[in-house]
Amino acid sequence: MTTTLVYDGTFEGLLTAVFEVYEHKLQFVKLVKGELHNTALFDSLMQIITDESRYGRVLKGLQKKLSASGMQRLYVAHLSGIDDADAAVLGYIRYVFDAEQNIEEDYGNRYVMRVSELVKMMRREKHRMEAFVRFQKLQDGLFYSVIEPDFNVLPMLIRHFKNRYADQKWMIYDLKRKYGIYYDLHQVEYMEMDFTEGQGAGNVINSFTDDEDGYQHLWKNYFKSVNIASRKNTKLHIRHIPKRYWKHLTEKI
Amino acid sequence: MNLERITEKLNILADAAKYDVSCASSGSKRKNENKGLGNASNGICHSYTEDGRCVSLLKILLTNHCIFDCAYCVSRKSNDIKRAAFTVQEVVDLTINFYRRNYIEGLFLSSGIFKDADTTMERLVQVAKKLRTEHKFNGYIHLKSIPGASDELMREAGLYADRLSVNLEMPTEEGLKLLAPDKDRKDMIQPMGFLRNEIIHRAEEKKLFKKAPMFAPAGQSTQVIVGATAIEDDRAILYSANHFYKTFKLKRVYYSGYVPVLADNRLPALNTAVPMVRENRLYQADWLMRFYGFKVNEIVNNDQRHLDLDIDPKLSWALRNMHVFPVDINKADLQMILRVPGIGMLSAQKIVSTRKFNKLNWEHIKKLGVAVNRAQYFITCNSNSFERRDLTGTRIKQFILAESQSKYLKNKPDQLSLF
Ligand code: SF4
Repeated sequence: MTTTLVYDGTFEGLLTAVFEVYEHKLQFVKLVKGELHNTALFDSLMQIITDESRYGRVLKGLQKKLSASGMQRLYVAHLSGIDDADAAVLGYIRYVFDAEQNIEEDYGNRYVMRVSELVKMMRREKHRMEAFVRFQKLQDGLFYSVIEPDFNVLPMLIRHFKNRYADQKWMIYDLKRKYGIYYDLHQVEYMEMDFTEGQGAGNVINSFTDDEDGYQHLWKNYFKSVNIASRKNTKLHIRHIPKRYWKHLTEKI
Repeated sequence: MNLERITEKLNILADAAKYDVSCASSGSKRKNENKGLGNASNGICHSYTEDGRCVSLLKILLTNHCIFDCAYCVSRKSNDIKRAAFTVQEVVDLTINFYRRNYIEGLFLSSGIFKDADTTMERLVQVAKKLRTEHKFNGYIHLKSIPGASDELMREAGLYADRLSVNLEMPTEEGLKLLAPDKDRKDMIQPMGFLRNEIIHRAEEKKLFKKAPMFAPAGQSTQVIVGATAIEDDRAILYSANHFYKTFKLKRVYYSGYVPVLADNRLPALNTAVPMVRENRLYQADWLMRFYGFKVNEIVNNDQRHLDLDIDPKLSWALRNMHVFPVDINKADLQMILRVPGIGMLSAQKIVSTRKFNKLNWEHIKKLGVAVNRAQYFITCNSNSFERRDLTGTRIKQFILAESQSKYLKNKPDQLSLF
């Protein structure tokens, strides 16, 4: 019989769920994010309440058997939010606890393989966002950017942008997931913003600094000037910058 | 900012710089520890031109005025084109403002030679110095050194720049004589030697004193033009590159397929195609020399003066050396696995770590990212199926080519429908 575990969607919540799996010796489980609504739909169902003493024990157990980067990989796989990610993380963790030796590199195991694929996808998108963020300078000095990545990589971007733009205020907003990260010259905070009132996006454009247009214009020009027409290779171009990213790239608008 | 004027200058001076291919921004580790602007760590390509090349640096000339007359160069004295020059401050402003908007990783600054080598070099150094000291800029800076500039200026350049390059332009001395009679190969090699010594010396100093200043931490690179003359075959080019890697500890040699920009009877005609495939093969060969443990004479030699255009150099080597195959994936050492066509660095490493757990079969190998359609002819694994040990090199080549051809045809329709 399959037990459905409903947890709050956080990594800590997921680890708490893992704790319950072991506690109740559950064989077949399904992980679901969110709140418990219609209990009638499920045969066997369990609401997981994220609990530090529980996920803490799982975490400790994992830390004993995994390297720091192995731990990090599990977190990133979970962050991807892809359908089978939680199942892969759970399978991976079970394998870790079952095995005597460190299994991080056993790519013959389907969970290890799947986690590695998920991580690869996430890293790729993270890297793309590090490249494709385009800041626009507002009158109050804030450098502002909007992105729409395929996956939820915003939390993975914090370190990079904080290290790089230490002396300017900046914000990166994920339009798809409706939250952003904001750096105020000291620290980075998560924030939510409401663009639906018609004031958000439009107002932002009105409040650009005077030279913002100028630099955008220069960048577009530069982009054109460096092209070598006799080497044109559209296939390669699109492989590098997939079209879905274009609408936020100054040089492609 | 006078937008119109700057735009015009930028158009002219970016256009003139675009033929320089050394655009990489990796290999440095400049941290942002001063609460300043930027860092230089892992190279990021922020955009790609329509020809598919990466844009990671603001790559411009300080000026395209030049007292020299190199046949392959658009900025040559005798070419009738619009000339322009940036001021030091203009370059600094562009760099900072592009960087703050996350357009670029830093600056690649080159220049036509105005007045003389030292005057030109001095101006380049000024830009870098201003960026580092006045703006606390930690982004990437690549300066193209002017051949013949004084050691003093080169030393100063190394203190501010992450990478320095002296372009060889032509792979051989004869080629240079033919196309750039004003230039002297000695003037290019002398600063390379100076930089090599300085880099080694400073790196040792840095080991002893943590606070010692960085000196060109991303090392030096050079560029050679490919296909501008017929006298330089791939053998000459790769032997020359190999020599510069070994003797001058260069980080990269860039190969730039000649783009016909001028009518000149010493050069290929204006309608000649850019040798893009050849350029690509040279990069692949270069890669094999630097990371895959191939010796230059395994790739090119008197029997193989040119790289194959229809297949990559690793496959080409494998077909010429069938006696070392098949390789047992479960036993061979990493170096040997790296030599198998269809297996790249990452999958080779994965093979070696995964086989500790299990004897690998075809299924495993496929999952690890190996291009099995190529590798199958050169390996054995824990499986009896499809081993083809008795095929000749020629047959294997036919099979592989036929397959990549049909794949190409299959893909074509939906690729076209993208536009
Ligand atoms: S010295 Fe440099 S800029 Fe001047 S013509 Fe020769 S290659 Fe061109």
